[in-house]
Amino acid sequence: MSYRLGVDVGGTFTDVLLVEEGTGSTWRCKTASTPADQAVGVLRGVEQVCAEAGIALSEVAQVLHGTTVATNAILEGKGARVGLVTTKGFRQVLQIARSYVPGGLAGWIIWPKPEPLAALEHTVEVDERIASDGSVVRELDEDDVRAQLATLQDAGIQALAVSLINSFADPAHEQRVAAIAAELLPGIPVSLSSDVLPELREYERTLTTVANGYVQPQVKKYVQNLAGQLREGGVAGELAILRSDGGLCSADKAIDSPVTLLLSGPAGGVTGAVWVAEQAGYRDLITFDMGGTSTDVGLVQGLDPRIGRETKVGDLAVRASSVDVRTVGAGGGSIAHVPELTRALRVGPQSAGADPGPAAYGKGGVDPTVTDANVVLGYLPTTLAGGEITLDVEAARAAVGKVAEAMGLDSPEAAAAGIVDIVNENMLGGVRLVSVQQGFDPRDFALVAFGGAGPLHANALGRLTGAWPVIVPPGPGLLCALGDATTSRRDESARTVLRRFGELGGTDLVEVLRGLAEDAGRRLTEQGLAPETQTTGYQVDVRYHGQGFEIPVDVDATWLADPGSLLEHVARTFDAEHERLFSFLLDVDHEIVNARATVTGPKPDVAPVSLPEGDGDPAGALVQDHSIYVGGEHVPAGVYDRAKLRAGDVVTGPAIVTEMDSTTLVLPGHVATVHPAGSLLITPAPINDREG
Amino acid sequence: MATIVETATGTVERTEVDPVTLDLIENGLRNARYEMDEVLFRTALSPGIREQHDEFPLIGDPEGKMVVGQFGLSIPDFLEGFQDTIEEGDVLLTSDPYSCGAAISHANDWLVVVPIFHEGRVVGWASMFGHMSDVGGKTPSSMPTDATTIFEEGVVIPPFKLYRKGVLNEDALRIVLNQVRKPDWNRADLNGLVAACRTAARRVVEMCERFGTATYLSALDALLQRNYDAMKVLLSAVFEEGRTLSFTDYICDDGVGYGPYELKMSLTRTGEKVHIDFTGSSPQAVGPINYFINENLTRMFFGIYMITVADPQILWNDGFYPLVDVTIPEGSYWRPRFPAALNGRNHGIGRVFDLFGGLLGQTNPALLNAAGFSSSPHFMYSGNYSSGERKGEWFQLYSIGFGGIPGRPLGDGPDGHSLWPSFTNIPCEYLESYYPLRIEQWVTVPDTGGAGLHRGGNGVDVTYVFEEPGTIAIHDDRWLTYPWGVNGGAPGARGTKWLERADGSRQVLPSKCHDVPVRPGDVLHFVTWGGGGWGDPLERDPELVALEVRRGLVTARGAERYGVCLTEDGAVDREATESLRDQLRADRPAELPVFDMGPPIEELLARCEEETGLPAPTRPVWAG
Repeated sequence: MSYRLGVDVGGTFTDVLLVEEGTGSTWRCKTASTPADQAVGVLRGVEQVCAEAGIALSEVAQVLHGTTVATNAILEGKGARVGLVTTKGFRQVLQIARSYVPGGLAGWIIWPKPEPLAALEHTVEVDERIASDGSVVRELDEDDVRAQLATLQDAGIQALAVSLINSFADPAHEQRVAAIAAELLPGIPVSLSSDVLPELREYERTLTTVANGYVQPQVKKYVQNLAGQLREGGVAGELAILRSDGGLCSADKAIDSPVTLLLSGPAGGVTGAVWVAEQAGYRDLITFDMGGTSTDVGLVQGLDPRIGRETKVGDLAVRASSVDVRTVGAGGGSIAHVPELTRALRVGPQSAGADPGPAAYGKGGVDPTVTDANVVLGYLPTTLAGGEITLDVEAARAAVGKVAEAMGLDSPEAAAAGIVDIVNENMLGGVRLVSVQQGFDPRDFALVAFGGAGPLHANALGRLTGAWPVIVPPGPGLLCALGDATTSRRDESARTVLRRFGELGGTDLVEVLRGLAEDAGRRLTEQGLAPETQTTGYQVDVRYHGQGFEIPVDVDATWLADPGSLLEHVARTFDAEHERLFSFLLDVDHEIVNARATVTGPKPDVAPVSLPEGDGDPAGALVQDHSIYVGGEHVPAGVYDRAKLRAGDVVTGPAIVTEMDSTTLVLPGHVATVHPAGSLLITPAPINDREG
Repeated sequence: MATIVETATGTVERTEVDPVTLDLIENGLRNARYEMDEVLFRTALSPGIREQHDEFPLIGDPEGKMVVGQFGLSIPDFLEGFQDTIEEGDVLLTSDPYSCGAAISHANDWLVVVPIFHEGRVVGWASMFGHMSDVGGKTPSSMPTDATTIFEEGVVIPPFKLYRKGVLNEDALRIVLNQVRKPDWNRADLNGLVAACRTAARRVVEMCERFGTATYLSALDALLQRNYDAMKVLLSAVFEEGRTLSFTDYICDDGVGYGPYELKMSLTRTGEKVHIDFTGSSPQAVGPINYFINENLTRMFFGIYMITVADPQILWNDGFYPLVDVTIPEGSYWRPRFPAALNGRNHGIGRVFDLFGGLLGQTNPALLNAAGFSSSPHFMYSGNYSSGERKGEWFQLYSIGFGGIPGRPLGDGPDGHSLWPSFTNIPCEYLESYYPLRIEQWVTVPDTGGAGLHRGGNGVDVTYVFEEPGTIAIHDDRWLTYPWGVNGGAPGARGTKWLERADGSRQVLPSKCHDVPVRPGDVLHFVTWGGGGWGDPLERDPELVALEVRRGLVTARGAERYGVCLTEDGAVDREATESLRDQLRADRPAELPVFDMGPPIEELLARCEEETGLPAPTRPVWAG
């Protein structure tokens, strides 16, 4: 017997999922998170879940973990004091920040500029210069380096970032600075831009390198601490961390490049969604993770999540590969309001947060939230199966009633329906970003809904997007832990090439890609994965010479065997993608900007669960008869206990399905079919079954 | 006047739109407008659009009123001057400000207009213009600083059908592209503009299908009405009945020796309407700095200022236009007579921000910012490679510089940033990879931001080292007049440009010049101006001043403008600071002026050569 553990630490709860690889049997456990030292909560969860499964901790072969430690350090502004070394003349690279001011015309009047991640007083410049072709314009002045590092030492920096101009073309000067720093600042971790992001564009590269240093001490402390405690607790298996791009890396690798972990949490959700969609027989899906304050939307094609080259956390956007999730600033806690001047209904971006939370939570909140609207409409029954929170309907009605009054609507229900419609429309905006705007038709995809509020809004979103079926996985709140437990090892090497096709031979490119693959493969081998179990993927970023944006093109491994036609293959693929995205082509030379190799370990062999067969009739799971407000009227709706549903049962909307950590709404004219693997599949009802 | 050919007959009856559907359509329009940006940014080739995002999208109602966009341009004015039919599948193009009622204001801007048809009738318009980095003419980038007519400014495209019922007019396009230096850039950018407009058209048609045409169109009316209603409330709340507010700012010179040009704006509310009047402004310029503006653009700028603070989420549109009357005197800086040169109007557009700030801020403290980085200074460098594998190949750089955002009610002005939405600088490593130059330093200059409780942002010094022989051109301003401070804040520093030749000589360059030859090893300092300060500098926290000295944003000497004295190790010298502040307070008037414009114009002109190294310009006068 072999066991894998998926661990996801959220703001409130720590979810632990134990998977028995052979049978796919799972045990899950939810414990309170321990923000002061997350490792405490994790270990508690691990012990509980193992006890429940009746196994010893030593039987756990692997612990797979998506962590928000790096993300939180950024969001809470509690990272390390980073010292930054730049080229002489470029000390203010983060201060100038590409001169960009967000917002529309006159937006500068109301924009608060965030402080740089490395303070200007902790930024020094050294005398040296490398040209864009890698040649040395001025040698590195090592005395100057020593003097500058000494001032940083006096300033008490906790991490050092080095980002010199054109270091993507030659890292020698950065490496020399690192060597001197190792001597002068022992114990201070050093991030080099030529390691972290060897790509052209000094601001983005510097920012990413500084972000790496900024989160490193906390990530290091946490990961080492957790690994140590797991070991002491008796867990024999090793700890692996989920990267933003949905791959796993060893604990050591995570400590080296923590900037690759910033979206570790959402990546767990997406990989979990891929797993459940595959079990239900779908390969193309849109992920819809709706939480309390924000919602993440992503797109998966052929079971491969779209990977973006940018990672955004709060105000910070760094260049690091991550699952391409777009965040919409609205969730269950978003507050609805009606500005006096325009009398328009707005939802968010303000949120009631966890404290006081929605009015319905009865903790003193008075502002109308999306959750309150759902309560008013009856979508969140007040007596939840196994629910811990009792909902205060009257408080919700009073809060939502204020919106009705401001808009001149005749009932709280009408206002609540408006709030839900508006928030669903915001979600649609998010889905459009990852689908139509990237040239994908959402109707070709299934929609996988999770997070606390996702299953409540999923049916409506399916109707707006035409993405069917809507898949609601079992235990939607535990999906991230499931994702952690079912993903593979991955590593990536990349570098800027920047050559026009006319100036580049196919053989040169093959050599570059092979070199990158060897790099990444070696690192995975060092983590204990035999080379023969590794799969390599190649990618190049291409554009028309002179364009400012690149399109990533997957390079088929078989193309490498024939260097003579490699560039032709790449150009043809690029043109097809450009045509699909923008509906025209240009008669201009192509240009390669970056080359990347991604090496992935074997996919874990986890068997799916299988629910007992039912007879199609969900009556056995019916808990109570209930009334909800939908389409402008009150209609009867059954409330079902998900734990009692059997494979093949069909729940006809309007209906509500409840479980420990989530509530699913099935709208009139729709049905939810229980899949043997545990998911609910919501689709429009066959025409002749629909009422009215 | 254009003749619109619709196959559908009858009119679409307007219908009641419930408030939620209205908000849904508002959202959909906003998404479509951002999608237009995205399509263009990702496909454009010319640096002006690709890296710096010098473009503006719009979606209009069937009459051409802007329902979403940010730089209203007037489709009605465009249609007024267009003598042809408009049919489904047509795509219209122009770059002639004089044939479209100043919907665009110089020939570098190419304006694409697409009628949106659904079921045989026009349900709206999509349009977008973008700044082409080169449109031919006598200088690279097509912005000759000594032009006196539009004929010197490259190809001027009259409104015509680029596509007639979906078929591209290849001959016309060939003729146009034959006249520009980088036809690949123009072709790609034009493709991007058309693709963006067609994207918007698709989204509008989808909304008509989803909600019904009647509902969609009725929603547009309601959205326009929403702006009207909101503005009506704002106007009466902010402006006193019958009181005229006025404000005057300047453009320093016109490139051919005249200046400063006075830009005057007045505003009076009578009943529910306001009147904006440009009377009192200088006559049209001899050189190319005229900013040809129309009434609707004026309304748009005014409205943006008014509403940004009131409901930032509002879908910005033309609905309030009937509430604003505008007077623009014929033959003035704002309405020059054909064929006056227009290429360098970027200073005028930028200065509109300062004008409205100074005007509206007098009665609306939330809008009273100091004078900011109200321009988009241009730098151009071009030539042929003289050696290496690219020998003989033409290179052409066009880039926009940035400077100090002013001190604001909200706080300090960011250093070296853009006043324009979504503009970004071109990275050093990108420039060095694509052009024969090296950048020696890219820093903000300490003390160039005006002192204030909220400091003005610093200007920027970008120092270019040229590696190939070629020519450079510069368009900038505020080298003579000061970016003013407000509420006791001091003015920011003026901009300056100079060459350090490889032979060791130094040459001050005018703020507007072109065809200046450079040789390998020559160094250009392109120094932009700082933002004005906001509020009393003596009230600024001394610890913050000390921190900014450590950061290199203010010098120890500059700290004295805040009345702050530092010890040798950089800490605040409490005692010395207190006595310096007392002394400075005693030496100044008890009541601080709302505006500090620096010395009067006569004094600036008298000291011009001595202070700037450049001859004083001649003040323009109205003839007769």
